[in-house]
Amino acid sequence: MNMQSLILRTAGHFLLPLLLLFSLFLLFRGHNEPGGGFIAGLVAAAAVVLYLFSMDIDAARRVLRVDPRSLLGSGMLLAVLSGVPGIFRGQPFFTAQWWEITVPGLGMVKLSSVLLFDIGVYLVVIGAVLTIMLTLAEAED
Amino acid sequence: MNVSVDVLVALPIVLPLLAGALSLVFWRSHAAQRMLGVFGSLGLLVVSVLLLFATWDHGHLVMEMGDWPAPFGIVLVSDMLAAIMVVLTGIIGLATAVYSLSGVSVRHERYGYYPLFHLLLAGVNGAFLTGDIFNLYVWFEVMLVASFALLILGGERAQMEGAIKYVTLNLLSSALFLSAIGLLYGLTGTLNMADIAVKLAEVEDTGLVTVIAMLFMVAFGIKAAAFPFFFWLPASYHTPKVAVSALFAGLLTKVGVYALFRVFTLIFNHDVGYTHEILLWIAMLTMLTGVLGAAAQFEFRRILSFHIVSQIGYMILGLALFTPLAIVGGVFYIMHHIIVKANLFLISGLTYQLKGSHELKQLGGLYRSNPMLAVFFMVPALSLAGLPPLSGFFAKFIIIRAGIEAEAWLAVAVALVVGLLTLYSMVKIWNEVFWKAQPEGVAHAQPASGPLIWMWLPIIGLALMTVMIGLYGQPIFEMAERSAEQLLDTSGYIEAVLGAGYVEALQESRR
Repeated sequence: MNMQSLILRTAGHFLLPLLLLFSLFLLFRGHNEPGGGFIAGLVAAAAVVLYLFSMDIDAARRVLRVDPRSLLGSGMLLAVLSGVPGIFRGQPFFTAQWWEITVPGLGMVKLSSVLLFDIGVYLVVIGAVLTIMLTLAEAED
Repeated sequence: MNVSVDVLVALPIVLPLLAGALSLVFWRSHAAQRMLGVFGSLGLLVVSVLLLFATWDHGHLVMEMGDWPAPFGIVLVSDMLAAIMVVLTGIIGLATAVYSLSGVSVRHERYGYYPLFHLLLAGVNGAFLTGDIFNLYVWFEVMLVASFALLILGGERAQMEGAIKYVTLNLLSSALFLSAIGLLYGLTGTLNMADIAVKLAEVEDTGLVTVIAMLFMVAFGIKAAAFPFFFWLPASYHTPKVAVSALFAGLLTKVGVYALFRVFTLIFNHDVGYTHEILLWIAMLTMLTGVLGAAAQFEFRRILSFHIVSQIGYMILGLALFTPLAIVGGVFYIMHHIIVKANLFLISGLTYQLKGSHELKQLGGLYRSNPMLAVFFMVPALSLAGLPPLSGFFAKFIIIRAGIEAEAWLAVAVALVVGLLTLYSMVKIWNEVFWKAQPEGVAHAQPASGPLIWMWLPIIGLALMTVMIGLYGQPIFEMAERSAEQLLDTSGYIEAVLGAGYVEALQESRR
């Protein structure tokens, strides 16, 4: 699995944080513009996979810190739970809820259950892709 | 806090999804996953029973997901049929979850048994509750993805062989289903099933509607394992762990049958003479081929698999006759069959633990060593064959009576003969597994991964249910009757989903 390429190894260190930042950008941008949890999750997963290719599995697991399956599970949990708040106001399941919060320095920020759902999708995609990739990489060894 | 009662419609889908997600979070803890399996499905059963009561009171429960109004958003609808099916899912879910405590090894749990188990339940319930035809496709896929993975859990050679047939046929069915949805959408411009029913009544090109109906019939026929598309089922159901087999045997084909019931009562009811005549022939041939296939088998679970096929024929017969009593019979049959069939599979698993084989030739002597198991085998086995006073007797009785009233003599004759041949198969199992002495030294008791009491409990529970349905069938019959009324009078469903004035307003705007 290790590509033994100096260029890739060096670049991998820098690309990982950059790509992760980019994936977060895509995640939040997705609210009103092209982007969103799915594509952001793919980018984030691709970042870790690139790291996996340039280093090795153990390094990739270390940089991930958590088991990708836990990411998958918690993402799913978050996505399903994001549909729940509406029902306590007598609305159907998955009805979008909005909260307006004033953050010092940023002004008014609108938070919504939709965003929670998107973050859930983000985690599910990362978890699913990385579970597959890490399993395949381990089978290769 | 003003939670509306409609929430109950979403909970049978949400609860298994949450339980599945939590099982993934607690990936490392097998104890937590088992607890989630049992208590998650127990919660599902409680919620689904509440849903059944609420549906009984209200007629229809409808929830527009995300508050997007029908027919544009996705609606979840619970009528009596859907609610009954969801309750059955809860029962089978709980039974297999308890059985799995000692029927599924830690190795299989590590491959993700429990998350997939919950995902399967969510998919099945979603298919029962959705009121949107494309959403139905999505839930089918959720269910299939989970079932693919469950089928090959453990990765043995026989499982792979079975899975290839299963996956290929089911993918073909999905493709047909999807193209049929595409054509239907092109014709009516909507995906909401109630709205489709309204708009299809006005379509002039009835030839095309019949073509689409046939596409749906083939697609769901494959899922339901009806003739001539049934061969994937006996090729695959005997390969996975018994808990998985029981779950599949109880629920998966019945989702196909449910979809047939839903689509061929609500949407394609314009040319009953043509479509339901074909269904009648499918039903008869399904019954016959299933039962004849079983006669030639000598593997416990393969016999049972072929009997799933023949029993599916009875349910489709109920739909095909299309009289109120026949639909009642079909629904009653589904209720009886799910409980009985899952139980027989669980018994085959316990037999395997005690005697170490699934092959009839290598089994024997169970009556001597475990007379109680023999009793609990007799209950579902005789019920399957239709002996009074068990649940199967009334299920068959209603359907055959409806057949006589409809003067479908050939179908009645087939149903009676198939009942007799079913008895033959069950007696064969009885003789080989319970009565004769076990051949020396060919098979030995297998170590279970937990105390055997967890295998006994669901078997006893389901057997008691079979007896209860037989002895106190009246409430069950009334539920089936109410669901048949709702299925045959589609205006209630349409009005519940689209609102009272929708049909009139549509006709007004056309003028």
